[in-house]
Amino acid sequence: MHLLEVRGLSKRFGGFIALDNIDLAVGDGERVGLIGPNGSGKSTLVNCICGTLVNDTGTVCFAGESMERMLTHERTRRGIARSFQLPRPFVTLTVAQNVRVPLLYAVNARSGVSLSESDLDARCAEMLQLVGLAEKGPHLPRDLTQVEMRKLELARAMAAEPKLLIADEAMAGLSQSEVDDIVSLLIRLNERGVTIILIEHIMRAVMRFSQRLVVLVSGKKIADGGPDVVIRHPEVEKAYLGQ
Amino acid sequence: MHTRVFFLILVAAAVLVFFATRAFHNDYLFFAGYTVLQFVVLATAWNILGGYTGYVNFGSAAFFAMGAYASVFVHKTYPLPIPLLIVIGGIVSGVVGLGMGYLTLRLRGAFFAIATLALAVVLQTFIINWEYVGGARGAYIIRPQQMPLIGPYIHYLFLLMLALAVAALTCARWIERSRLGYGFATIRDDELAAEASGVPTLQLKLIATTLSGALMGMAGAPFPYYIGYLQPASAFGLEYAVNSIAMPMIGGTTSWIGPLIGAVLLGSLQQIATVTISSAVNLLIVGLLLVAFVIIAPKGIVGFVQERFRKGTG
Repeated sequence: MHLLEVRGLSKRFGGFIALDNIDLAVGDGERVGLIGPNGSGKSTLVNCICGTLVNDTGTVCFAGESMERMLTHERTRRGIARSFQLPRPFVTLTVAQNVRVPLLYAVNARSGVSLSESDLDARCAEMLQLVGLAEKGPHLPRDLTQVEMRKLELARAMAAEPKLLIADEAMAGLSQSEVDDIVSLLIRLNERGVTIILIEHIMRAVMRFSQRLVVLVSGKKIADGGPDVVIRHPEVEKAYLGQ
Repeated sequence: MHTRVFFLILVAAAVLVFFATRAFHNDYLFFAGYTVLQFVVLATAWNILGGYTGYVNFGSAAFFAMGAYASVFVHKTYPLPIPLLIVIGGIVSGVVGLGMGYLTLRLRGAFFAIATLALAVVLQTFIINWEYVGGARGAYIIRPQQMPLIGPYIHYLFLLMLALAVAALTCARWIERSRLGYGFATIRDDELAAEASGVPTLQLKLIATTLSGALMGMAGAPFPYYIGYLQPASAFGLEYAVNSIAMPMIGGTTSWIGPLIGAVLLGSLQQIATVTISSAVNLLIVGLLLVAFVIIAPKGIVGFVQERFRKGTG
């Protein structure tokens, strides 16, 4: 059984078909790269998986459970976490408090037991340590650099203790060394047992990270397989390089 | 500081305020103090929804009036002691808040604010056409002159409002430091990110509208006994809607102390203006101060001080 199974997923915005009959299966512990040109439907697919958008047709199953009619927070509590394309920190909360929110609302709700203050502090510290923001706990997000902001997004998503993490363009706007830093971080997170779908335009990062590559073009899945094979797929070459 | 300790400190402060006011042997202080305390409750209640979750409610007067008219209804049907009327007023306005939440919380920003204003207009029209509670003519409430053990009735009303202020402030501070407070703050900052972090945003917003509405209704419940003659124009008065927004904005919306500072400052200024100039300038004072604060300290007095402190230590 796959961890995530998307079958026949379609989504229209008026006359525009954003997703057209998408099938996608992701196994437990996999590292999947999801690529495609702008407007290909990557973020729409993520939004449908996470429950931010309601799909018109098709199904999303996670860990054998149908996600239909489940709100975003319920999906998060079941183990689907995401980071956003543009960082969306809680600006009036400190970095540590940002990480504390999913612990209070996702982890507590899942386990049915309220974590004690000391447990919360310890887990926050562990998450911040993991992403390299240990010193930034008492700071407000506005004091963070761009790469630190991306790390905070990942720390907050990871604090929900997900089985599946969807990182939506977690490296956009970063320098080469910062991109390497984030890729290493994502691989470390995957080594902790978290399945990761990475949506990214930076091909060097995608190739380094992904065990499998899925390509969307104009709302359709045109390729799915090993990165070295997929990248030489004629339709992928056409979509990225033109005819 | 634990909420219980905070509550006990507030109770001690309230007892001090009550006996200090009594020491002046001037009933006007009780009348004026009642109004200021009423604004403390209203501003704190508004802040639970408007400040903590960021949903601006222009319909505060409607919740206040529902509490007041619930008292009139019960008074005419089966008179009960005011503490019970406060509970009933809280329940009525809390239910109205919950209903408003269900109907309007899918709206955001200006659209939500306009919807709350519309709710106030609808409820005022309903009350104007409801003869049993006095309709457009209004209703008289004859209150006793004295209250056993306490003395003049206004002392009793002042004491009740003091207790309500203590309850409202304790409730606000408890929210701030609880899981609920974190949830409210995430809604204010970014609702989409909040949902993605596992926060049930709709549920929390309904809790906020219900709590906020209930506290406003509780503030309104003793009002007919204070004013003696309740009519729609006074219960749904613009000053309640304006003050309950302006006071937290001027004091600061992110903490329980902001609405307290704003209400004491603006409420006292308005009382002074009422006796020295005219009550007609009250809203002018609020308007001028609000404009000044929006320019000088958009985060209110608390935000301004915190920012200075941050710069000083940074």
